Amino acid sequence: MSFKQTPSQTIGPFFAYGLTPKQYGYNEIKDIASNNLNSEGTIGERISIEGIVFDGNNEPVDDALIEIWQASSSGLYATSKNLKNTNDSFCGFGRCGTGIDPQRKFSFTTIKPGTCSQNQAPHINFIIFMRGLLSHVYTRMYFPEEEVANQHDSFLLNVPKTRRQTLIAKQMSYSKVKVYQFNIYMQGANETVFFDV
Amino acid sequence: MTSSYNPRDWTIHPSYFSENYKSTHLRSPTKAPVKIEQTKSELTAPSFFPLINHEQENDLTKNGAVDGQQPLGERIVVTGRVLDENGKPQPNTLIEIWQCNSSGRYIHAADQHDAPLDPNFFGAGRCITDKNGIYKFYSIKPGAYPWGNHKNAWRPAHIHFSLFGPAFATRLITQSYFPGDPLLELDPIFQSTTKEARKLLIKTFDIEATEEGFALGYKFDFILRGPKATPMEK
Ligand SMILES: [Fe+2]
Repeated sequence: MSFKQTPSQTIGPFFAYGLTPKQYGYNEIKDIASNNLNSEGTIGERISIEGIVFDGNNEPVDDALIEIWQASSSGLYATSKNLKNTNDSFCGFGRCGTGIDPQRKFSFTTIKPGTCSQNQAPHINFIIFMRGLLSHVYTRMYFPEEEVANQHDSFLLNVPKTRRQTLIAKQMSYSKVKVYQFNIYMQGANETVFFDV
Repeated sequence: MTSSYNPRDWTIHPSYFSENYKSTHLRSPTKAPVKIEQTKSELTAPSFFPLINHEQENDLTKNGAVDGQQPLGERIVVTGRVLDENGKPQPNTLIEIWQCNSSGRYIHAADQHDAPLDPNFFGAGRCITDKNGIYKFYSIKPGAYPWGNHKNAWRPAHIHFSLFGPAFATRLITQSYFPGDPLLELDPIFQSTTKEARKLLIKTFDIEATEEGFALGYKFDFILRGPKATPMEK
């Protein structure tokens, strides 16, 4: 390796007008992504995800950016190559800031991902950025109803049993659209498991 | 698809906790990240190429200007390449930028610094690298601004950059600074990286990139994580 990686630096508190302009009411530039990953032609079971990012004092973080990346209902990631070979219009990528909701929640409207390989349970990949976080963190959200698949997931198997529950969402509503709650704890007894991606 | 990427180089990236950067105290994870083998989830990335119009979004001297007026400040052109650790150019990579105006004020509603907004400057834009991994932004030089971290704390002039690269694993958000800034030595965010790594965050002034009669040129290359060499290649 002849070149050194460019060091990470914090996203800072003022990213929203550049990265999530529409959500924060800025109209000068268009969004490249939003917290709604679906479009009319998206195939799959509609779900929504919501959560709060908590700091070490259990206070909600009001300037975090959450990014998610997930497979389609058939377990495919919407890379440029895969997009050419499918009629599923699911984009797989979403963004949400925590500065707009009065409770500092992030939320996503999406579909439940399919299984993308044998030793992987259905999951949603998360990246979290915020002021005070000098390098981003990676985590994953798993589904509570996938007990069997979760037991064979290569990521979960690397996590000490006592900490696995930090990665399993809670199902909050059983109405037409399932709502999952996935809170993120930066510190404390329930500190979320972050992965060394 | 690459079979795996080199790990993040923690001799280069800042650690999560920094004594002098106060906001890290309650926000830095305390437990070591859990080791994993990268899967498709980490090795793939969204495709933004069809989504954006390169020409209209990389000129911050124009994208916030009203009625053909111009923002105040020293015009700059920031250009360079996105490479991986092996020096391989990274084409079709989305770069997003945001910065304060020449007075040190962000348009963001939460910025309460008592310096004037510029009605002709928005301060955010983006572009996609070309087939050789080259990007270019036009802007004005951002000002320094105060912040509450410690007594008389000022951020050195900087531009915020966000890059995707070819995989979820290559995601990077960083800030790049300007050469010769006396505030660099006093800034806990810049100082959070190791001494050897700090120079990797400073643009170089470049007379070749400077556009005559228009803008001062600065060069800055981004190096993203590269594919792990297989035992054969080693
Ligand atoms: Fe900043």
